[in-house]
Amino acid sequence: MSAQDHAAGHGHGHGHDDHHHHELSFAQRWLFSTNHKDIGTLYIILGLIGGIVGLIISVMMRMELQSPGMQVFQSGQAWNAAVTSHGLLMIFFSVMPVLIGGFGNWFIPLMIGAPDMAFPRLNNISFWLLVPAFILILMGQFVGQGAGPGWTLYPPLANSTYQSGPAMDFVLFALHLAGISSLLGAINFITTIFNMRAPGMTLHKMPLFIWAMLITAFLLLLSVPVLAGAITMLITDRNFGTAFFEPSGGGDPVLFQHLFWFFGHPEVYIMILPAFGIISHIISTFSRKPVFGYLGMAYAMVAIGVVGFVVWAHHMFISGMDVDTRAYFMAATMIIAVPTGIKIFSWIATMWGGSIEMKTPMLWAVGFIFVFTLGGVTGVVLANAGIDQYVHNTYYVIAHFHYVLSLGAVFGIFAGFYYWIGKMSGRQYPEQLGKIHFWMTFVGVNLTFFPMHFLGLAGMPRRYVDYPDAFAGWNMIASIGAYISAASMVLFLYLIYRTFTSKERLADNYWGEGATTLEWTQSSPPAFHTFEVLPRIR
Amino acid sequence: MPLLRRLLAAAFLATLGTTLYGLGFADPALADLPRNWQMGMQPAASPVQEQIISLHNLVLVIITVITLFVGALLAYVIWRFSAEKNPNPSQTSHNTVLEVAWTVIPCLILVVIAIPSFRLIYFQDRVAEADMTLKVTGRQWYWEYTYTDADNLNFGSRPLDSKNTRWQQGIRLLDVDEPLVLPVGKNIRILTTSADVIHSFFVPALGVQRYAIPGRTIETWVRIDRPGTFYGQCNQICGEDHANMPIAVRALPEAEFTAWLAEAKKKFAANETAPIRAEAAPAPAQGPAPAGTVLAAVRP
Repeated sequence: MSAQDHAAGHGHGHGHDDHHHHELSFAQRWLFSTNHKDIGTLYIILGLIGGIVGLIISVMMRMELQSPGMQVFQSGQAWNAAVTSHGLLMIFFSVMPVLIGGFGNWFIPLMIGAPDMAFPRLNNISFWLLVPAFILILMGQFVGQGAGPGWTLYPPLANSTYQSGPAMDFVLFALHLAGISSLLGAINFITTIFNMRAPGMTLHKMPLFIWAMLITAFLLLLSVPVLAGAITMLITDRNFGTAFFEPSGGGDPVLFQHLFWFFGHPEVYIMILPAFGIISHIISTFSRKPVFGYLGMAYAMVAIGVVGFVVWAHHMFISGMDVDTRAYFMAATMIIAVPTGIKIFSWIATMWGGSIEMKTPMLWAVGFIFVFTLGGVTGVVLANAGIDQYVHNTYYVIAHFHYVLSLGAVFGIFAGFYYWIGKMSGRQYPEQLGKIHFWMTFVGVNLTFFPMHFLGLAGMPRRYVDYPDAFAGWNMIASIGAYISAASMVLFLYLIYRTFTSKERLADNYWGEGATTLEWTQSSPPAFHTFEVLPRIR
Repeated sequence: MPLLRRLLAAAFLATLGTTLYGLGFADPALADLPRNWQMGMQPAASPVQEQIISLHNLVLVIITVITLFVGALLAYVIWRFSAEKNPNPSQTSHNTVLEVAWTVIPCLILVVIAIPSFRLIYFQDRVAEADMTLKVTGRQWYWEYTYTDADNLNFGSRPLDSKNTRWQQGIRLLDVDEPLVLPVGKNIRILTTSADVIHSFFVPALGVQRYAIPGRTIETWVRIDRPGTFYGQCNQICGEDHANMPIAVRALPEAEFTAWLAEAKKKFAANETAPIRAEAAPAPAQGPAPAGTVLAAVRP
């Protein structure tokens, strides 16, 4: 729907838009696409579909947990498969495609003044690897009993004895494809950012979103191969009789945990760093002030990226590690609070003394700062290995990572959507509806996830299809919150419809003087090919 | 716009209010069960859990203050520097003092947290002189306990069957047929392992949690302060019946424990040589229910 509207948007109303893309057939334009904007659009559509499927699964999960007993799911395995699919869908097929593939492809070239990505064909294959990966993940949910080891895939539960059907293999191959897709995307991003910046744009003049994407790409480049290695070993353990993670053959299940989290922990920063970049631009635009402490902001992200690689075992505090090792991982993890704090306070300092307009993107950005802070401080609680001995794997952890990801990264996505949808489509979103969407989501998600802190402290374990009656109260509240959040998603779909049927056309820089990056020098929507004459940065 | 601002302020206040209200300090007066609408940790029945609670209380105060501070700053900035109130934005983008302050102060706060935290993990780690050793083996989907220094007394602890009369009186998904029985006031070494997939032995009131991983044995310890029954659950996804793999710990004074031990040795004599099997399960009222069927029977 949006794709075709999009094409139409290019077609008329832009006199200077006289390039050859009018003659491209649908298949040429959308299947064989090498244009960064079209590939970005494809990524956003895939991310939206992945997000909706993940959301439907989470609503089913909240329906199940609304009250004690078994209501929605037929068996524990069906539940475990849903838990697994929800996690993998939201990470690999919703947050990453939209933030990295979508906004990254759209705005890296536009913000650095490049005509396109460095490797346009590589860009195409990055996207098209994700589509079969998505289908394989769905097969992992629906084939046979489904794959239910949780998104962390820990063996022995993930090996052939305990997940005997092909569903588990589908999931592993899906992750391989998604991993290759991310890896190729990361290579493309790094090359583009290093080699194709407009003349005069030094590293220290790059917009913060570009910094964020550069660091994200490096994290992907260094962490995804480790996941690929781990799941390859899991595949051979399952199918070819090896025993990498099989104690009876001399293997070690804890080895998998180390490999998985060596990828998994950078992965959470991969999801949040692009949101950091987007939020910086929005805060600056709507405060009509330059970003406070630009270099500090950039290097805080570098620090988060670097330290993010040496904290992985804080996910394994109760896996029987040596106490000195736990002490190290605890200290390293707590240190991440420092660069994160720098970012939070720099955003507030950017707003300080500004001239703030609370348009929809700014609402989401301010909401982001608040929920991210809340999710961040519970991270400090969890970093304490001593406290983690109690809260590990309880709903406290669920609350924590949904505050930073389901609220943090997703608020970043919505902030970016409202900020850039006018640029991408040339059409105005309905402002009032956008604000209603924000408030509905804000109330819904807080109602869902805040009570989970209490459940976790009371001792409720995660990935439970049924729970003791004592946990019923807060679970009911959380479910009501989830229904409000789901309703806000329906409202969002209506808002997309309203946006693309809107007659209002937007100017090049519809946010005014606060928006200073290069994409605002282009028309809305930008021409099929932009920056055929390179801009010069002073 | 003013309406919107008021709405925003109201929402912030509401969220912060909830945060404050959520200061769930554990109340020692509560019974040893999770309670509906409970907000804090389960009350402590061991020195480790006491220290976990006290460290958590410290950290909770710090993070609540930080969250309120950030929330208040955001609210103030939005109100004070709105486009109507402040039409001409400043262009300040540096302030070295501020930047150093918000780097150094968080570091100091972390040091304040880290000192008791390091002390706690070394205290939690293991006990030098154990009075007894308990081996915990996770199995799909029940726990097996072995008293290694009581002639390897060994028995399985299964979730209650819904056909059991105790199901009606018992606590759903927390009660078991044969609870783990431990003496009060003794330093107990706990060794966890697994016979199949990874499980997690988690008893909140005792502050004990370790994964049970096949192929390795993980050590931790507990000393129970008072008699009572404490409940826990498997806390690492382990397949179909992950949600129905409860743990119940009955803590008895030493004399009663010794008596129980003598009684139990007779009762579970059959288990001493053979590893626990479904048909060897002591099942006074419910018959030999294989663990896998238990949840099926519960399903409506």
